[in-house]
Formats: sequence, C-alpha cells, structure tokens
Amino acid sequence: MWALAAAALIGLVAGVLAGLFGVGGGILFVPTLTLVLGLTQLHAEASSLLAILPTSIAGAWRQRRYGNVRWRPALVLGLAAVAGVEAGVQIAEALPEHVLRRLFGVLMLAVAVQLAWRALRKPSYAS
Amino acid sequence: MLRLVCIGLVAGLFSALFGVGGGIVVVPLLILLAHFDERPAMATSLAAIGLIALVGAVSYGVHGELKVGAAAVVGLPAAAGAVGGAWLQQRLATRTLTLAFAALLAAIAVWLLV
Repeated sequence: MWALAAAALIGLVAGVLAGLFGVGGGILFVPTLTLVLGLTQLHAEASSLLAILPTSIAGAWRQRRYGNVRWRPALVLGLAAVAGVEAGVQIAEALPEHVLRRLFGVLMLAVAVQLAWRALRKPSYAS
Repeated sequence: MLRLVCIGLVAGLFSALFGVGGGIVVVPLLILLAHFDERPAMATSLAAIGLIALVGAVSYGVHGELKVGAAAVVGLPAAAGAVGGAWLQQRLATRTLTLAFAALLAAIAVWLLV
C-alpha cells in the first residue's frame, strides 16, 4: 500500500520534472518501477512504455494548438518504428537482467550529461 | 521519406530496449537528418513517441511482460504532473535547477550501475 502511494507520488513528481526539463517520463518511470515497486528491469521497461502514453498524448495535444506538430512525418516515424520495436523487445528479452539494468544506468548518465551540457551552453537568465 | 523511416527504426529499437520514449534520439535526428527546426522537431517527436510507446507496450504485452497496474499507478499521476511542469517551465526553469536535475539523474544512474 505504502509502496503504491509512494509510486503514485513519485509519478506525479516525475511528470512535473519531465514537463519542467523537457525530458520524457520514461527515464524517471523505469527507476521508479524497479526501485520503488520492485519490478524487474524488463517488466519496468515494458510498463514504462505504457505509462508514457497519457503524458505524451497530453503533451502532443498541447503542442498541436501551436501548430508545431507535423503529423505526416510523425506517422511515418511511428509506423517505421514497428520493426525497430520488435528488434528492441527481442534484444531486451535476450539480455540478462543485470546487463539491461546497467545499460539503462549508462543511458541515464548520458541524459544527465546532455542536460548539463545544454544548461551550461545557454547563458543563464533570471535565477 | 527514407530518412524518416531510418529514424523511426532507430527510435523504435532504442525505445523498446530502454523503455523510454526515445525523444533523446528522435529530436536530434530530426534536426540533423530531416532538417527540422528545433520546435517542430520536439513537437513532432512527442506525437511520434506516443505511437512508438503504444507499439512498444502492445509488443511487450504480447510477450507477457506488461504490468498494467504499475504502469497506471505511475503514468496517470505523471500526466497531471506534466501539465503543471510545463506551466512551471515558463516561470522557474533556470540553469541551477537544470544542473540540480542532471545531478539527480546521475545519482540514480550511479545507484543502478554499482
């Protein structure tokens, strides 16, 4: 029960952080699902993809109003992704749990470095 | 068109392998390979990620790896939070905060790696 409440609270915070820093929710959902709810890395990655859906739909809906979304390219990307997704699922299923977890750790580090680099490159306005 | 297909393939592989949307690869690839400007690239990637995540969730579901309850517990509050986060972004996104967030991500990464 407490774990569920904690996961929901962290989900809310993860959403705020995702919106605030312009990163997808997945990078935060996967560790929440493993570290707080005790899912395996594979189950967490699978479930994270489902958890991303409401956030990305809401985000795309907001952007649509500004006319920034180019729907045809988005559709082509999504359809082409089917084959890539199938390969990714096969690889994730074949990899041992600890390897998958470490790969994800490396990805998180890369995202952290990218964010820091972007922040340092931009001049700091109002603090 | 061919470039978009290639980007989609890479994004799908990346997204399924890591359980993330893949914006970190889609946005730069759209800018570099498909000559999108930054804003349309980010908005288009959001829409594409919705599709890619749907495909990934269905595919993992077919393999029996999906925990729907856990996804809902985290994902639904997050959707509400993201609306608040986007609102806050106009008001308090600063370099210091971004660096603090990067440090938080790095700390979790180290936790996962050791």
